[in-house]
Amino acid sequence: MYDAPQVTKQETAVTDVKIQASDVQVYYGGNHAIKDVSVAIDDKTVTAFIGPSGCGKSTFLRCLNRMNDTIDICRVTGDIRIDGEDIYDKRVDPVQLRAKVGMVFQKPNPFPKSIYDNIAYGPRIHGMARNKAELDEIVEKALRRGAIWDEVKDRLDAPGTGLSGGQQQRLCIARAVATEPEVLLMDEPCSALDPIATAQVEELIDELRQNYAVVIVTHSMQQAARVSQKTAFFHLGNLVEYDDTSKIFTNPEDSRTESYITGRIG
Amino acid sequence: MPILWLTVIVLALAALGYVIGRRRALASGDGRIRNLHSLPSYYGSYVAMMTGVPAISLMLLWLLAQPFWVNSAVLADLPVSAVADGSSSSLVMSDVRRLADGLDRAVAQGVMTEADIDAMGSDLSGIRTRLGNVGVALGSDVSTDILTSAQDYRTKAATGRLVMSILVLAVAIVGFGWAYQRTHKDFRARNVVERGIRYVLIAAACIAILTTIGIVLSLVFNAIAFFRVYPASDFFFSLTWSPSFGGGSELGILPLLWGTFYISIIALLVAVPIGLFSAIYLAEYAGPKVRGVAKPLLEVLAGIPTIVYGLFALLTVGPFLLGIFGPDGVGWMQAGTAVITAGLVMGIMLIPFVSSLSDDIINAVPQALRDGSYGLGATKSETIRQVILPAALPGIVGAILLAASRAIGETMIVVLGAGAAARLDLNPFEAMTTVTAKIVSQLTGDADFSSPEALVAFALGMTLFIVTLGLNVFALYIVRKYREQYE
Repeated sequence: MYDAPQVTKQETAVTDVKIQASDVQVYYGGNHAIKDVSVAIDDKTVTAFIGPSGCGKSTFLRCLNRMNDTIDICRVTGDIRIDGEDIYDKRVDPVQLRAKVGMVFQKPNPFPKSIYDNIAYGPRIHGMARNKAELDEIVEKALRRGAIWDEVKDRLDAPGTGLSGGQQQRLCIARAVATEPEVLLMDEPCSALDPIATAQVEELIDELRQNYAVVIVTHSMQQAARVSQKTAFFHLGNLVEYDDTSKIFTNPEDSRTESYITGRIG
Repeated sequence: MPILWLTVIVLALAALGYVIGRRRALASGDGRIRNLHSLPSYYGSYVAMMTGVPAISLMLLWLLAQPFWVNSAVLADLPVSAVADGSSSSLVMSDVRRLADGLDRAVAQGVMTEADIDAMGSDLSGIRTRLGNVGVALGSDVSTDILTSAQDYRTKAATGRLVMSILVLAVAIVGFGWAYQRTHKDFRARNVVERGIRYVLIAAACIAILTTIGIVLSLVFNAIAFFRVYPASDFFFSLTWSPSFGGGSELGILPLLWGTFYISIIALLVAVPIGLFSAIYLAEYAGPKVRGVAKPLLEVLAGIPTIVYGLFALLTVGPFLLGIFGPDGVGWMQAGTAVITAGLVMGIMLIPFVSSLSDDIINAVPQALRDGSYGLGATKSETIRQVILPAALPGIVGAILLAASRAIGETMIVVLGAGAAARLDLNPFEAMTTVTAKIVSQLTGDADFSSPEALVAFALGMTLFIVTLGLNVFALYIVRKYREQYE
């Protein structure tokens, strides 16, 4: 499908591959959850993973920043490269990897701390600021990117858990952005939000595309169609089809994809 | 009729009511459960409930009230001559009651018959020895007046019990009949039984609460009696504790409170770090296998009786510490019983309290917070330190406060491990004592119960009760506040 990623980060050609996964298998104990998935995810693009519940799309997403390492019975084989570097190599520190590959979860999960400390959490851990002024700058920049700065700038000391659901989710996106990742993984980021908050988050995702490779898992096909440029359809642990979003939704090649997007399976 | 038999009869009647009520309901619905408003067992329960509950409640109330009534009735008939100079009617009444009890027992064991007692009339010399033979010791020889009153007491008590038996049986039968007659397929037995169950549960809760109030009141009245004979300012502010049963005691609570807090603080210094760290290990690091073994093992510590910890302090920890810090070692410690000994052992006792509660609280922190932290590239210990512990902190503080009130109330370890000397000292290698240990020693002596040396125990208990109550309320407040955060 794609050549090995020879290009460097600065070149922002449309087909610049950020993540190359080949023959990925995931087992939960005896359960073979992901089978032979190979996919190339482009930089500065929103890639959507769709598919029925339990098809493995979230599991695959969690492979991309090795979050599955925190689950004891989970085993991952195959090859996943970000910028050509094997992330399952023994020399790769998952902690550093996760700083580079940010993640936003299904349910907004702000820490029980102030809004400021929520954002400053990552930068503090990774020693990104030398002093308070720099940290303030990072926090403001992240909150602006998360499109929530105007709503919270007067109450940065208020607890993050006191915000509304949509605000909490944008706070979590801002928190993920604050560590300056190169890839942003989003696991059904809008499933706990109402339509207005969803629209705000979707708008935000579109802006984030300027700087990051965004991978989003979603149950809503409309959402996939609205925000993504590429779409991957998973079914029963297999990657059935992966192509431009417009092609998947208008002219799918596989009959299962067609059944799913027309609502006959799922 | 003995109470036991009465109870058995009422219960048997209730059981019969269950069977018959159930059958009658089924019969009224042509034998089909679908025709009944409620399940047949509800009709049975209804009849059983109406038979048993009012009758048994009446019996319990009667048994509580009868002694008061008999007492006052006999007291009213008590001749004035029976009350000797320097005595009081309540003392005479206790003689009367004891004699009446003794006669009852003698009759029950067949040593005497009712005729014997009536025949005794004027000859009272033998009664003391005869009652002594059945195990009732009388303080003095019995006078005719007292014997008459005792007989009066026995008659009234017997009448009362007879009336009670008749009434209880009548109530049971009336309840049975009424409920049986109401049992019909359209009768809403389920609703009535549900309401009845609610009242039974309310009654149980009331008993628990009333008992607590009773305990507090008995403490309060005795503490007030103490403060009548001993000035409160001396009790709360005096720096000396030296009770002497000959009088002239100094009963300052401060050395005891200091001992209590000193030992508790050492215990918490041991228990909190060890308990908390083991909780973190169990909740965050240990695999399911290790956890399955280690957690029950740790909780076994909580099941060891405190007297065993006391022996451990006396026989093992004390001599061990003495070997290091005693005259042969550093030379700071004079004897094995010391604040540090009791504190260390009490700390070991408290470890499972802290660890078990903290473990539950750490597990209750949502997984989403951990994921969020790991997803940002935090390590395990960073996540624990900066996300999980702050989220769990209110609950952990609650656990520590509960452990603290346990430490303050602990007695056996102190008695065996810390010595008995009440003193104000900063040296942890000295013997000291606590409020609870002194309550025991003040009440186990031969002191006159109305002397300040004995009554002080209630004032001490009251103070301790207020301190631990305050800690518990504070702990509950914090735990509740924490709960609101994640629901």
